[in-house]
Amino acid sequence: MVDVTPADAVPPAEVGEMELYHPHSWWTKYVFSQDAKVIAVQYSATATAIGLVALVLSWLMRLQLGFPGTFDFITPEAYYQFITMHGMIMVIYLLTALFLGGFGNYLIPLMVGARDMVFPYVNMLSYWIYLLAVLVLVSSFFAPGGPTGAGWTLYPPQAIMTGTPGGQDWGIILMLSSLILFIIGFTMGGLNYVVTVLQGRTRGMTLMRLPLTVWGIFTATVMALLAFPALFVACVMMLLDRVLGTSFFMPAIVEMGEQLQHNGGSPILFQHLFWFFGHPEVYIVALPAFGIVSDLISTHARKNIFGYRMMVWAIIAIGALSFVVWAHHMYVSGMHPYFGFFFATTTLIIAIPTAIKVYNWVLTLWRGDIHLTVPMLFALAFIVTFVNGGLTGLFLGNVVVDVPLSDTMFVVAHFHMVMGVAPILVIFGAIYHWYPKVTGRMLNEALGKFHFWVTFLGAYLIFFPMHYLGLMGIPRRYAELTDMTIMTESARHLNSFISIMAFVVGFAQLVFLFNLIWSIRHGREAGGNPWRATTLEWQTPQTPPAHGNFGKELPIVYRWAYDYSVPGAKEDFIPQNVPGDFAPSREPA
Amino acid sequence: MSVILVFLLVVAGFAGWWLSHQRLTAKPWLEQGLAEEFVGLGRSALPTAKIGLGVFLAVVGCLFSLFVSAYFMRMGLSDWRPLPLPRLLWLNTGVLVLSSVALQCAVVAARRGQMDMVRLGLATAGLTALAFLAGQLVAWRQLTEDGYLLASNPANSFFYLITAMHGLHILGGLVGLGRTSAGAWNGARPERLRLSVELCAMYWHFLLFVWLCIFAVLAGWAATFVSICQRLLT
Repeated sequence: MVDVTPADAVPPAEVGEMELYHPHSWWTKYVFSQDAKVIAVQYSATATAIGLVALVLSWLMRLQLGFPGTFDFITPEAYYQFITMHGMIMVIYLLTALFLGGFGNYLIPLMVGARDMVFPYVNMLSYWIYLLAVLVLVSSFFAPGGPTGAGWTLYPPQAIMTGTPGGQDWGIILMLSSLILFIIGFTMGGLNYVVTVLQGRTRGMTLMRLPLTVWGIFTATVMALLAFPALFVACVMMLLDRVLGTSFFMPAIVEMGEQLQHNGGSPILFQHLFWFFGHPEVYIVALPAFGIVSDLISTHARKNIFGYRMMVWAIIAIGALSFVVWAHHMYVSGMHPYFGFFFATTTLIIAIPTAIKVYNWVLTLWRGDIHLTVPMLFALAFIVTFVNGGLTGLFLGNVVVDVPLSDTMFVVAHFHMVMGVAPILVIFGAIYHWYPKVTGRMLNEALGKFHFWVTFLGAYLIFFPMHYLGLMGIPRRYAELTDMTIMTESARHLNSFISIMAFVVGFAQLVFLFNLIWSIRHGREAGGNPWRATTLEWQTPQTPPAHGNFGKELPIVYRWAYDYSVPGAKEDFIPQNVPGDFAPSREPA
Repeated sequence: MSVILVFLLVVAGFAGWWLSHQRLTAKPWLEQGLAEEFVGLGRSALPTAKIGLGVFLAVVGCLFSLFVSAYFMRMGLSDWRPLPLPRLLWLNTGVLVLSSVALQCAVVAARRGQMDMVRLGLATAGLTALAFLAGQLVAWRQLTEDGYLLASNPANSFFYLITAMHGLHILGGLVGLGRTSAGAWNGARPERLRLSVELCAMYWHFLLFVWLCIFAVLAGWAATFVSICQRLLT
């Protein structure tokens, strides 16, 4: 006879209460805070600050490209430093940190119905190590020789040689150290995000009831935990090559007429390690954006998300596939043709789950009650931009098309569209959407619409012409091309135009910053649930949510996150923690 | 990169197994309420700290798999001159095994509530782990004295790099072990102590496993094994 204990059959009455750390002073409440919401704001503020530096760097680059020879202080060395720092900051210190450290910290505990992250102390450490990484990065601007100018991919051997800015100075050392710190800090945070989704969910919150935002951030974090070690390994090994003279990546090489002591290393090995991290990184940024945009569209179109299951499966499929496509960044490294064929195939297969997601967003909009709020505008702009950038990805995924285009502005245009502009649009949309929860006040809508139109149209005016420049054969990575025959009159004018637009879009971001700060005090009072949304973060007793998030009792989840416009229900949304069956009876009366 | 891909395949297999128990085919839009069918879809009954450590060990495993991947890729190039491993490494391996065994004894004792045995196990594990680290340093010294310097050959570079990484992880583990021991001597709650000791043991066993793998790789057995497999397949 099988002995069935009742404990197996009955759900736990209540999720065990976690012991919260209660701050005693101003310092432990707002600075060394263990509250995920405070850490989220700290992460976001730091990421935004360093992002502004990267924005200024992009202006400086555009000054040089648009008006070559006009600005004496932008030497070719300085130009390479601007490129490198702009790329590295935007991809890692802004996008990754903001999506996972910022939105992850704020939204995961609230959306799954937890009081906080499961390891709050480690979570706090994660932010402080991130801040340290940022400070080390910034310090390289003031180091002798300046920051590294090796390009954001830091390819050896040039990254640690004399000709490259920072190669034999402090630049590259500080860059690599900063990345190592970032990865250590991120791993601490990432453990929290993953384990909180696994173990922090409130009663009734099954995986298939999670909002897609949580699915996106969760999967991206799992990927990041497995992908960042590759960058860690690459950084440690390059640091040893640079500091202790090992030859992991450095081949025998003559520099300035002198034989270096390095011997026999493999720069291709670095490329493999770098892109083994680098390609998942694209989806580490994209998946949270996919998740967030699904929730924005569903909420602001007052309609359930179309094909929730497919959306979840697609997120998982994209996450898994993204680990076997890395070498499509290396088509021009002289790889075996069959190797290239394999990676082209896997790359194109990723288009399938991605296309499923795009169709489902469009079908969610179909006959929805679309409210053109600022978050919705950004979400719609994301779909358009992402499709655009994704289509050029199909070009570049094919070896024969990639080889001639690889070193042109076409690639720059492609990746800015798909992993620069598209995720940033989602970040803006998400900030307009959740700002009322974080501060209790709405962002100014008129300023928001101005910000949206200038950013959206401006970004197109920057990056769309860039595709043409690439197709004309204008190479990337060059500080100056005035004397070359391919730089025709029209190409030069196009470059100047792009630069002017870059300034316009950049200034629109200052309007956004003003809006962020001004609205903290002067914005319209938002109330608890201004968008009439279903997910748990909008059902907290206080706005902004207090320490512990949900007051005395944790919410119990009775339904999925997308009960919008349910026939028969009183309101056009039913929060996840409302019990009862509102579905119309199956048989018509 | 085949080592890391195999590792990720294992991780993916585990993730897939777990996901297959989460009813990913459910139609959440048709299901309201808190019905009994959701049993087992909430949090796991395992302590959260154990799951956290498990995820962390997956990351550590990923890190070492990547080092080994890089090792194999670099090994194929012409300037590779394998270095003779000091015999001391065998002794070190034995000491590390002893450390793991001591912690396992501590776990058993903690489950039975025998505090003296727990303390003895923790102390033995800590001292043997320190002895392992000291032994590794002596092995490094022997190698440098014999002229196998860090930068003179990639095989040497990898040896120092990988053993250093492993040693740093042991060092980190010793911090955790120190905190656990402090709890054991200052009278922490028994169930809390039991969990800490179990976490330490889990980490120790994993690092022992990692050490055995990298020992096999550094000694060249792994490469021989792979080449035998390749010959069998072709």
